[in-house]
Amino acid sequence: MLRGVKQVSKARRSLATLADGAANPNRVHGGLKDQDRIFQNVYGNYGHDLKSAQKMGDWFKTKEIMLKGDKWIIDEMKKSGLRGRGGAGFPSGLKWSFMNPPGWEKNPGPRYLVVNADEGEPGTCKDREIIRKDPHKLVEGCLLAGRGMNATAAYIYIRGEFYNETVILQNAINEAYKAGFLGKNACGTGYDFDIFIHRGMGAYICGEETALIESIEGKAGKPRLKPPFPAGVGLFGRPTTVANVETVAVAPTILRRGGDWFAGFGRKGNAGTKLFCISGHVNEPCTVEEEMSIPLKELLEKHCGGVKGGWDNLLGVIPGGCSVPIMPKPVCDNILMDYDALRDTGSGLGTAAVIVLNKQTDVIRAIQRFSAFYKHESCGQCTPCREGTTWLQRMMDRFVTGQAKEEEIDMIFELTKEVEGHTICALGDAAAWPIQGLIKSFKPTMLERIQQFQEKEKLGYGGWVEGGKVRNGEVVDNPVPHSH
Amino acid sequence: MIHSISAAKSSVARFANASMLRASGANFVRRPYSIISVHRDTTEDNQNLPFEFDKTNLARAKEVIAKYPAQYKKGAVMPLLDLGQRQLGFTSISVMNYVAKLLDMPPMRVYEVATFYTMYNRAPMGKYNIQVCTTTPCQLCGSDDIMEAVKSTLGIKPGQTTDDKIFTFQEVECLGACVNAPMLAVNDDYHEDLTADNTKKLLEDLKAGKEVKPGPYSGRESCEPYSGRKVLLGKEPTDIGKFIQPGL
Repeated sequence: MLRGVKQVSKARRSLATLADGAANPNRVHGGLKDQDRIFQNVYGNYGHDLKSAQKMGDWFKTKEIMLKGDKWIIDEMKKSGLRGRGGAGFPSGLKWSFMNPPGWEKNPGPRYLVVNADEGEPGTCKDREIIRKDPHKLVEGCLLAGRGMNATAAYIYIRGEFYNETVILQNAINEAYKAGFLGKNACGTGYDFDIFIHRGMGAYICGEETALIESIEGKAGKPRLKPPFPAGVGLFGRPTTVANVETVAVAPTILRRGGDWFAGFGRKGNAGTKLFCISGHVNEPCTVEEEMSIPLKELLEKHCGGVKGGWDNLLGVIPGGCSVPIMPKPVCDNILMDYDALRDTGSGLGTAAVIVLNKQTDVIRAIQRFSAFYKHESCGQCTPCREGTTWLQRMMDRFVTGQAKEEEIDMIFELTKEVEGHTICALGDAAAWPIQGLIKSFKPTMLERIQQFQEKEKLGYGGWVEGGKVRNGEVVDNPVPHSH
Repeated sequence: MIHSISAAKSSVARFANASMLRASGANFVRRPYSIISVHRDTTEDNQNLPFEFDKTNLARAKEVIAKYPAQYKKGAVMPLLDLGQRQLGFTSISVMNYVAKLLDMPPMRVYEVATFYTMYNRAPMGKYNIQVCTTTPCQLCGSDDIMEAVKSTLGIKPGQTTDDKIFTFQEVECLGACVNAPMLAVNDDYHEDLTADNTKKLLEDLKAGKEVKPGPYSGRESCEPYSGRKVLLGKEPTDIGKFIQPGL
């Protein structure tokens, strides 16, 4: 989830991209038909056992696909234009091909596919639905993706809180072994492949690919420096590729129906269908699979019963989980939900976890809660992040009540710039962006609250009032904003 | 909860004068929300208390260890600590030492793991671990009311255990059920689409020993809209087998 959110950070662009309207025909996206939905059981009405899965077409002609070989699989994935669904949006076919550089056969030994099911990004709940309702899509995806990158085994790293989901997934794996789809001579193709589950234990940072690898190796989940990249030296020192659950789970359907079919959805460069999870202030929050590049307004009004209080009551939308900046309403009116369009407005698609805020929201508190989240989840390895997230939370605590000076808005902005880009992984960046987005879009709200507070109390820097002091290690005679 | 050394130090300092560090012995039931990364011997948790997996768990442990390459069996440290926690009720120092011995690891490496991950509870827990999510998507949908309901029903603050050892109350970060917000988890089960009223009822039912049904409380099955599915209405799923690309 955290992985590579760096790529969506560029708000400005210098060259024309495919996102330009003129370069694209005026097709309106959205309105996906049921027959084109990959996750047919997302609402759980068709059953998740092997037999029900086969009814939907899972495990159909898996042997034939495997026998086509690794090059065919990767070419088909490249053709489909699938971009990683974990947040970074890196082209999947290309990423998988890094596992097969010329002469890879000369490095004998195990090679791993690691599936990132450590879904922890606030707002995101798509992987949970895949695991508990369409587990066979994931299991088959592991086998086919593993075949494509010539992996010998897959580890599925699932977050520890998803205990019941893990049980369902383990049952699906057991069923697949029993049916001869996995293990030695998987599907009768002569290819050996195993799938193991590793449960996390409640650390958001393990969603970062190298932290995840560390965690499977039995260490604290602290990200590694790159290079070497996991495709060279990864899990247990062997070539490894880490991919999101959704990326892996859509692969079998893409291979079966063809890359061209998948590329037919969405704008160019943003192909395919996507699970959107819409939470927050909508009348009917839900998870739904839709075509990429669907207009945000259509997504909310068609599937989620609209914003609470009507579209005009919309304050802003966080379109891709907590790591991307918030978009104010004027941007939401016409925005398309895909990687390029959202990047161009200075936000990002991330995991397509749409958090909707209406005008009754305390937006400063909403973002402050994210700061508290990042403080809690910082692994503590890099100083700018460890100290920075703590500082950011403490300052945001004060902004919630308005207990700050106007200049401190610029200070916190500067502070986010000191954290951003100065850490090993993207958690530092992710902690900085929501606050930058808040200042960019809602600075007047922050100023207003500061002025309200200053009508009551005269303030110095750091939230100190006259007469406030420290006694026996406790702040006395001074209001202390609590965290959350 | 606290991963960084400096943060851990500061919380030690913050609680240095508090009763929690002076408290030792069986009445050590209260602890602050931010669990400090140090171990203090208590009567319930000290190195002299023996711990071993029972027969079934030992068999499970062997299965788990077999998932990892032989020279990397320390990969099994996380599942084994969890197994120990499930057997004993919390991850005591004895559990950590036993797992270290089982995997031929230096005990320090196990302590590092046990203090890093927040799901290892290093103090005795109540029978039901109530974990209320308060991250923004839940907050927008009213997790403040849920927190208030739990606080007032149980009479404890986050991080504490009730005197009868039935409930431990934790405020946690996003549990990944945002579409079904607000929600809380009781041990491993998610209870979703809550209101203050049915949160109270849930806690009372748990206390009375009644069975509770996990899942959404709003009448919906899972993640579909409240008013029912808007797509995928067919009785039978579409068989993708009919749309296979030519050449397969």
